[in-house]
Amino acid sequence: MTALWRSTIAGGGKWSGTVGRGKRITFTALEDGANLSLLMYHAHDPSERYNMPDTLKAQHTSHLTTGNVLMSDNGRVLASIVQDSTGWNDPIGGYTTKEQTDRKYGVTTYQEKRNERYRNGRDNFSVELVRSGLSVRDLMPPLNLFAKVYCDENGRMHHVPGHCKKGDAVSLRTELDLLLIVSNTPNPFDKRTGYPSVPVQIEVSAAEPVSLSDDACVNHCSENRRAFENTWAYHALRG
Amino acid sequence: MTVFNRVESHRKAEDAVYDKTILAGDGWIHELKPGQVLRIVDLEGNQAADTLFYDADNPEDHYSAIATIARQENIYLTAGTTLLTESGKELLTIVADTCGRHDTLGGACSAQSNTVRYAHDKLHMHNCRDTFMLQLAQSDDERYLKRDLAPNINFFMNVPVTPEGGLTFEDGVSSPGAYVEMTAHIRTIVLISNCPQLNNPCNAYNPTPVRVLIWNE
Repeated sequence: MTALWRSTIAGGGKWSGTVGRGKRITFTALEDGANLSLLMYHAHDPSERYNMPDTLKAQHTSHLTTGNVLMSDNGRVLASIVQDSTGWNDPIGGYTTKEQTDRKYGVTTYQEKRNERYRNGRDNFSVELVRSGLSVRDLMPPLNLFAKVYCDENGRMHHVPGHCKKGDAVSLRTELDLLLIVSNTPNPFDKRTGYPSVPVQIEVSAAEPVSLSDDACVNHCSENRRAFENTWAYHALRG
Repeated sequence: MTVFNRVESHRKAEDAVYDKTILAGDGWIHELKPGQVLRIVDLEGNQAADTLFYDADNPEDHYSAIATIARQENIYLTAGTTLLTESGKELLTIVADTCGRHDTLGGACSAQSNTVRYAHDKLHMHNCRDTFMLQLAQSDDERYLKRDLAPNINFFMNVPVTPEGGLTFEDGVSSPGAYVEMTAHIRTIVLISNCPQLNNPCNAYNPTPVRVLIWNE
């Protein structure tokens, strides 16, 4: 598929943009150990946004991979995970703050390090939210691509090192016009003591048409089918 | 073995400065002053109290499930847990808990999520996000909007997560009279929807009342 647009998000970097429905967005880890945090909003009404609890409980899962969809708080599908070489993307680990980043990796300042300073998820998201007319009040749990955080039976959270390999790729298909905000900052549960800095490529192309009979995301479970039906109803009414 | 951390309180109901029963399916919004202690009692057991908190002086700063679970590196809440806002500010600390574990990931039911999870014809059913929005609509405080409905706490609810990445809704781990008690560190808005969900065992298919008590210390 011909790429409409391609960019590389450097370690510590950020990006936001509107991606219309029917696009395929492929994220590729260019080295081992990537973590790319995503916030997702409906471009035409950002009060509708990716909802972690609705996504997890509808699909009876605490991790997201091929066949899963990313649901909004309005019972619709924002995007579908149509391909994932990692098998596990993390919806519960959250994003880093400046305080955590300073404590874990050491204090870095622009005055000393210029653009080599360690960025954090909260600041990156804050800038891009304000750019789109939103604010920190719109911060919500992100989806962390390429990262695996699991819970033991007592609820304790564990990050799995070495989960993401160079070349691992995750593809989303947009089902609504999407405001996408990304922060290429470490997973808060990553135990590495050196600041992980892995570039991630983003490539957008036209998605294949949805095949109702054998689409892995539509047919993953009856919950997904109903969320798609809600989404199609929205498009039918909007025209 | 799954651990349930149960800690009893020394506080007596007759010393409370506020005492109210929230009926099945009803909502409640209330401000706590710094140092005040809120107890939520699961009167008949197996009920889910969907709860959100806000920094009353800075209402755009909502309770954050991920900041809270990341701080303690555990998805369940119990005595000793401090509840944080999205900015990392400390809102309240749980000081007593006779249930022993509370859910942070299940969120609140809504009309729309009911259509997804159960069937399209469930759209009309009473649900927690409608309760939250009705409370916000009826309050004098116009600062709160739908965008402020972040993922909430489900006190008394049992949503086990497995190491393999599964997640299920189970019958409750609570019992009649079980309670959770927390001290406010700052001026805090509490927003509760006493869950009316009739489609899953979060309240044993029978929504029942909860009681809220407040002490000054």
